[in-house]
Amino acid sequence: MSTNVGVEKGKQSLAVPKQKRFTKQSTKDNISGYLYISPFFILFSIFGVFPIFYTAYISFFKWPILGAKEFVGIQNYQMLFTDPTFWKALGNTFSIWVISTIPQLFLALILAVILNQAFLKGKQFFRLAAFLPNITSLVAVAIIFDAIFGEKYGILNYALSVFGLDPFNWKGSYFGTHIAIASMVMWRWMGYNAIIYLAALQSIPKDLYEAATIDGASKTQQFFKITIPMIRPMIIFTVILSTIGGMQIFTEPLMFSGGGGGPLKQGLTLTFYLYEEAFVRNSFGYASAIAWVLFLIIILFSIVNQFITSRIKSAD
Amino acid sequence: MKEVGVKWYSPGRIIVYAVLVIMTFLSLFPFYWMLVIGSNHTSAINKFPPAMVPGGSFIENAQKVFSNIDFFAAIGNSVIASTAITVTVLFFSSLSGFAFAKLHFKGRKFWFLFVLATMMVPAQLGIIPQYMIMSKLGWINSLNAVVIPSMVSAFGVFWMRQYISATIPDELIDAGRIDGCSNFRLYWSITLPSIRPALATLGLITFMGVWNDFLWPLVVLKERSVQTIQIALRTLNGAYYTDYAMILNGTFLATLPILIVFLLFSKQFIAGLTEGSIK
Repeated sequence: MSTNVGVEKGKQSLAVPKQKRFTKQSTKDNISGYLYISPFFILFSIFGVFPIFYTAYISFFKWPILGAKEFVGIQNYQMLFTDPTFWKALGNTFSIWVISTIPQLFLALILAVILNQAFLKGKQFFRLAAFLPNITSLVAVAIIFDAIFGEKYGILNYALSVFGLDPFNWKGSYFGTHIAIASMVMWRWMGYNAIIYLAALQSIPKDLYEAATIDGASKTQQFFKITIPMIRPMIIFTVILSTIGGMQIFTEPLMFSGGGGGPLKQGLTLTFYLYEEAFVRNSFGYASAIAWVLFLIIILFSIVNQFITSRIKSAD
Repeated sequence: MKEVGVKWYSPGRIIVYAVLVIMTFLSLFPFYWMLVIGSNHTSAINKFPPAMVPGGSFIENAQKVFSNIDFFAAIGNSVIASTAITVTVLFFSSLSGFAFAKLHFKGRKFWFLFVLATMMVPAQLGIIPQYMIMSKLGWINSLNAVVIPSMVSAFGVFWMRQYISATIPDELIDAGRIDGCSNFRLYWSITLPSIRPALATLGLITFMGVWNDFLWPLVVLKERSVQTIQIALRTLNGAYYTDYAMILNGTFLATLPILIVFLLFSKQFIAGLTEGSIK
């Protein structure tokens, strides 16, 4: 609707060229401003805003794909909190997120500092090598790592056997599955985060370090008192992105553990559980409740992250 | 940049290069391993020690891939969806970005914050109603279901707004106005030609994102004839999971197009990524 109105108004001002001079610039800016941003808002309303609220609505119903829908109030949520599978999925999601994100961001920062060394030769090549894993699809990453972590013929178990260790059943245990999935996440994202940090490092004015050197600050002091505070916004950015991504992890566990998340449900994450409830068992009501709880968890995490990362600055 | 008194073989430098060599090895090894398994016969992989170098069965494995899944149709679907989305995202993002950066319309700060806030909302949250909408529209098993909702991107709007604010001076816009340019002319003839680097980076990010997308296409594309390459790969992996050589061969073939696109644009892409994130 709003597009049509905008177009008509636009036509009017074109049709009367003499008056064009007298149409105030602010009026024209208002019309074209809203016209130009309208595609985003129209499509986002239909495929973004409406579904979010409708998910909340569905979550109060027993809603099979066919057949009668029945209003059940908060029963889906009550069921969720007493559902051991939900808690298992939450635990798995959290465990994979911790194992993958925390070491990853530390290593990415170290890698960025190394890539930023002035004497380094072949900078372009090393940056490219660091970034390359990020272009592969999650499905491809999962398939490759599946081969690497295979129990019988996987290269990793072969490497273990070279050191005289027994082959490990990566797919059959919580620990093995979480490590395998976390390593997929790390492999795909560490270089990406390092490049983001590198950009932030390069934007730090050189004279800050020169002044600090003259004042007698050591390299370590400079790192913690200049580098870290200066790239804080980028650290916050990567922490938020990794959290949102980590809470939504789906493709890797689905590919690695298969339907249901494996015999122990060791690969079942929240989004995986949501997917199975909705599109395998067709219980839309229950799946919608999972979706909303997942959303609230992400918000809660973002707030906690904000709180923790805001302490970086107050530390200096 | 030569530092006086620091030899190239100082311990610090050796450590730096050692770390980078290890990093490069870990980054590239899975690609190499994909090629090794994908080009060997299954019997060469299923033994101890496994084959460590590429073998001669690449074409044989590829033929098995082509007979098990409709590989080229899936690649075609991925190309269509990725291209359509990339073109529309670039147009709508740069147009909105231009409006947010250079047009003084009422409430533009509010609406821009709104765009930023939408970036925080996880995509899965609305997946069930989205599925219902697609059902109602009859778009299940149609690429429309993948393309239409993704024609705009909050990240794209944000990216373009930042870039246009930082690179197009207001004086240029004012000069255009004095010469009688309409707002659309200001966008089309003045802004668009000057933001090519940002368009290239956003275009590549968008293209790769759609190419690699999994959950949503998995939900709405059930028929084999409309599946994108990622879903076809999953089918290949799920149905024939014992034949690693064939599966990894398919994975390699599916990764190749995006690898080529990326390597062609990599220099500009990484520069754009580092530049854009500072602003």
